[in-house]
Amino acid sequence: MAQNPTDLRYTNDHEWARKEGDLVRVGITTHAVEALGDITLVDVAAAGTKLAAHARFGDIESVKAVSELFAPLAGEIVERNAALESAPETVNSDAYGAGWMAVIRPANMADFDALLDAAAYETLLGTL
Amino acid sequence: MTQELRRTAIFEAHVALGGRIVPFAGWEMPVQYAGVVAEHKAVREAAGLFDVCHMGELELRGQHAVVVADYHISNDFGALPVGKALYTTCCNAEGTILDDLIVYKRGLEDVLIVCNASNLAKISAHFKQAAENHCEFRDLSEETGLIALQGPKAVDVMRAAGASEATLALPSFSFAKDTVGGFAVTAARTGYTGEDGYEIFCRTEDALGLWNALITAGKPLGLQPAGLGARDTLRLEARLSLYGNEIDETTNPLEAGLGWVVKLDKRDFIGRDALLRIKEAGLTRKMVGFEMTGRGIARHGYPIVPEGGGAPIGLVTSGSPGPTVGKNIGLGYVPAALSAIGSTFAVEIRGQAISAVVVKTPFYKRAR
Repeated sequence: MAQNPTDLRYTNDHEWARKEGDLVRVGITTHAVEALGDITLVDVAAAGTKLAAHARFGDIESVKAVSELFAPLAGEIVERNAALESAPETVNSDAYGAGWMAVIRPANMADFDALLDAAAYETLLGTL
Repeated sequence: MTQELRRTAIFEAHVALGGRIVPFAGWEMPVQYAGVVAEHKAVREAAGLFDVCHMGELELRGQHAVVVADYHISNDFGALPVGKALYTTCCNAEGTILDDLIVYKRGLEDVLIVCNASNLAKISAHFKQAAENHCEFRDLSEETGLIALQGPKAVDVMRAAGASEATLALPSFSFAKDTVGGFAVTAARTGYTGEDGYEIFCRTEDALGLWNALITAGKPLGLQPAGLGARDTLRLEARLSLYGNEIDETTNPLEAGLGWVVKLDKRDFIGRDALLRIKEAGLTRKMVGFEMTGRGIARHGYPIVPEGGGAPIGLVTSGSPGPTVGKNIGLGYVPAALSAIGSTFAVEIRGQAISAVVVKTPFYKRAR
């Protein structure tokens, strides 16, 4: 089954967040990727977009499904993964690496610490 | 839907093969095993095996069976030779579509009708009533299994499973009895993927054994089990209509691009008068195939709008990435004036008008 890195934080919406200095990189978990199947389109809001926590910041589509991306925490997008525009399948092959979605400057880094840790996320997956 | 979902005789094999099971037309069916794209490519390049046991099979027998069938469908069944099948629509008196069918002429007094699972109750009742006082009617759906073997290696898989030379040499839309994998079957050279292949009828109690025999025989040839997801992308690339998407009781076969199965000069049939009137008046809307030129994927139910945006002028009936054509493709109804190849419009995707262009269909055509 999915290996969820222990250095990441997670959300109930199956997104991951990685603290990088005063920024947070976000993506979707392998659980989400497996549920979606072959990913064919990733659309992430542009740098400069201000986000409330849980706000939709993009869309991700597989051959069969359309799904929304939700901000794990409040902040501002400082970078989106432009490489996914031409190679969305990267999310299937490397969800926790090259398949990242966006880098967010959190309004409050304390929000990061409030996210689920890997053990809590796996407990969540166990209840699904 | 609170109705309890049914399982086909092959269900346990789908679970064992790692199939992801979803509800479909009242059945629990596999939507994918290895993944939609992998299965799609297997069917285009080698072969795929589909459980279609959920589909309906109806039989008409007797002296007037052929005439009864012919009166209830738009294509010309009377002229069809024994041993051949045809694709057709079944219309109501208004000329709109109750279902699309494959109808098999098994004998001069023996007709088999295959209908969509989602329409079985309606179509079974329709033909039961049609047969009254004219011929015998039986709904064979419970006792009949159906497996589709599709792809360029389908013939090789059939050979490996023990099919006769006659079955291997069947022309398109012909069918014959045979023994495959040790089971009595009727093999038809038909399908729903745009590839060569067979749809194989068997007894329900033999369906699991036949499935396993084909999987075993086909494995060295690249055969993969394929689910509803790949079935949908394959038929879309081949521009084959899906009931509930392109066609339903609000659409007629002429606007749906199915004029080739409407034979207005054959003997009278239900819907003929209405279709003559519709043809004479001219079509107001037409089904077209389109490619997205902007970045986006059209989906069933999305509005079609003028380029640049505005009030809806049409509707997307199906849309998806086309794994073989490598483009985001779709089918939809547009005003007749916008139906020529090269016409441009937009699809409204999450509030944005994304450009699309009408293209020649089918999107994919196999090399023969």
